[in-house]
Formats: sequence, C-alpha cells, structure tokens
Amino acid sequence: MAHDTTHVHKSNTKRIWTVFIIMSVVTLVEVFLGIIKPEFLTDTYFISLKLLNWIFIILTIVKAYYIAWAFMHLEGETKGLRRAVVWTSTFLIIYLVFILLTEGDYVYEVMHRGNIAWDF
Amino acid sequence: METTVARTGTEGRTWGGGNEPLKVSYGKMMMWFFILSDALTFSGFLASYGFARYKFADSWPIADEVFNHFPFLHGVDAPMYYVALMTFILIFSSVTMVLAVDAGHQMKKGKVTFYMLLTIIGGIIFLGSQAWEWKNFITGTYGAIETRGGNVLQVVNSDGERVALDAFVTAAPKERLQHERTNGLWFVDEPTIPRYTIEDVITGFSANPNLHIRTQELTPTGEKVVLTRQASLAKLESDGIGIIEGANLQKNEYGNPLFGDFFFFITGFHGFHVLTGVFINIIIFFNVLIGTYERRGHYEMVEKVGLYWHFVDLVWVFVFTFFYLV
Repeated sequence: MAHDTTHVHKSNTKRIWTVFIIMSVVTLVEVFLGIIKPEFLTDTYFISLKLLNWIFIILTIVKAYYIAWAFMHLEGETKGLRRAVVWTSTFLIIYLVFILLTEGDYVYEVMHRGNIAWDF
Repeated sequence: METTVARTGTEGRTWGGGNEPLKVSYGKMMMWFFILSDALTFSGFLASYGFARYKFADSWPIADEVFNHFPFLHGVDAPMYYVALMTFILIFSSVTMVLAVDAGHQMKKGKVTFYMLLTIIGGIIFLGSQAWEWKNFITGTYGAIETRGGNVLQVVNSDGERVALDAFVTAAPKERLQHERTNGLWFVDEPTIPRYTIEDVITGFSANPNLHIRTQELTPTGEKVVLTRQASLAKLESDGIGIIEGANLQKNEYGNPLFGDFFFFITGFHGFHVLTGVFINIIIFFNVLIGTYERRGHYEMVEKVGLYWHFVDLVWVFVFTFFYLV
C-alpha cells in the first residue's frame, strides 16, 4: 500500500467546519426561499423553468461541490481520478436529464392537445 | 505487498508494472467507481421523476402541502421544517464522518472512535425520521375523493383551507361486511373497505354550504383550481367513485399515483443506502475499537466507508431539492 504513515498529515478541522457552516447557510436559504416563495422569482421564467427553481438547483450543485471536494476529498486526488469521476457523471447525467425532460414535455403537449382523453 | 511480488527486472519503466498513476489504493479507487455507478442509478431515478413531473406538469401535487408535519405539533402547518432538519442531521453526520477520517490520518484512535459513534447515531436518527415521514405519508391527513379517471378531488372550505373528510362526512349504516378468511372463502380476503362511500361524501358535502372541491389542476401561478359550489357538487356526482385515505403504491390522497410511487421508491432506495451505510459504519467502528487499523498502521478503511457515507449525503441533497423544494 502506498500509504506512508511517517508522512505528517496536517489537520483539516478548520476547513471542515467552514464547509459545514457554508452548507448550513445554503440549506437555510433554500428552506427560507421555499417557504416564502417570492413572487418575482416564481413569476419569472428562464429557459422554461422558474427562476426560483434555478436558484434551488444551483444552490444544490454548490452543496454537491462542497461535499465532493471537501468531504470526499476530491480536491486532494489526482486530476485523472477526479476527472474520471466528475466528467463521466456530469456528462451522462446532463444527457439523460435533457432527453427525459424533453420527452416528458412532449408527452405533456400530446396529452394537452386533446387527441387523447386521459381524464374521463 | 511488494515483498511477495516476483521481480521482473523492468521496475521503474513505464510498462514495468507497479505504477499508480491515480495515486490511490485499489480499494479506494473501486469505491470511487462504485459511487460513480450508484450516482448514475440515482440520477436515473430522479430523471424519470422529472419525466413524470413534466408529463403531468399542470396537475402535480404541491410538495409543501404534503410534507407539513412536525413532531409534537399536531395540526400546525409546518412546511418542510422537518425535512430541513433531516437534511441538517445528515450533513452533520457527514461532518463527524470527515472528522473521523481526519483523526484517522493522525492515528488518533480515541477521536476516530468518538466521531464514528456520532456518525452512526446521526444515521440512526435520520432513518427514524424517514420512517416517521413514511408513516405520515401512508396514513394521510385529510383524505380525498377518487374519480373515475384515476384523479383525486380534495375538499376545501370557503377560505381555501383543506378540510378532512371526517369533519363533514358521517357514514351511513353499512350493509356489506369485509370479506375475511374467517367469514367467506377461506383462501381469499379483500382489503379494508373504505370508511365512507361516495354517497356518504355527497350527503355530507351537500349539507355543508361552505365546502368546495379542489381539483388537481394547477393555475399558472402554481395553485390548485377551486371549483364553485355548483360545479363542486356536479363534479362530485359525475366523477366521484369513492374515497382515498393515505397512500400506497396504487393510489394516494395527494394527487397523481406516480407521486406516491416515486416518493416510496426514491426515498426508500436512499433510505436503504443509509441503512447499509449505518451497518458498514458499525462494522468499521468495532474494528477501530479492537485496534485493527492501529495494528495495520493506517485508517484507510475509515476513509473508504467515509466516501460511501458522504455519497449518501450527496444523494440526499438532490432528493431534498427535487422532491421537496422544486
């Protein structure tokens, strides 16, 4: 095993607590926005998604970044491992989400045009 | 390891073997690739949830009306507070996990033990909370009326507040017994007969002039359409076929049946991951306790199980967003 025990690991405790505080604040902001639902955010659309939902998704990705980079220690891994994990998943997930949501929206349109009765 | 491997005389050359270009041990690398594949499984579930939601974009249930319970606060509308608390518990157990890993790097057995224990407790609290959420979801709060087309109709008062079926329906005397193994054919039985028939509901509804029917349809501002009194009665009589209380895999009182299915499936699959995570944590905890890793000279096993635990947290962050917030 390439793990050298004589090598001195310096403690990361400070960074861990900083990340915890950031993630807590982000979660609080999410819950707060989810409860008050400001009107200008729910009424504004960007790429057919409410601005509020964009904020939620972006904040979630911020949290995911901190979990993966700080807690799972991706920031300390080699570039090769990091990219093998992050690029692969990011590409496949975006691809899958794009296809399924497009298809879902299409099915919605079909059902909406009244060619199929689904509430009888 | 090196001492048992036969020397080939090509050490140090690119294809001589023994290279570790990713500079991680085999176990840790495989844990990463397992996490990658598991992440794709979860994104498959969440993406298909997105598909169903886009398909029924104008009639999907509103999450913070469904998940609005908080322990010891009965009848208080507490949208998402409890789920937010669960999120905190899981994030915090992730923090204690990473602190355990950090202590492991410094070979501090006592600290590793303590933080592992906290992590396990956090995981158990989270599982309990999820069981409680499931219980509320399955039991239901208000009850709803099932329509012929497989939709649900909910009852609100003139202020738009939800009204439980119990508040206005009284059951007429029943003529029909539930078919159990003891009173009919001994080898078959039927599920519990609903407490009210549609006739009971219509009678109770007509007697209370301030009640309205709320359909599943969403207005452009994201609220459910409430029918006028006349339209409500007409809708009840033409479409209503029975009542639904709570949720199962076939139907639920919150709206689209797929909503219940995805809820059970995704939170269930995640909960199963938490459960296995707790089990693996317990195994590693005892290994730490009896000094296995102290003798081995490093705490890499704690690091590997830590990766899995953080992954479970990572998934929950997404489930939280797409189930409860968006």
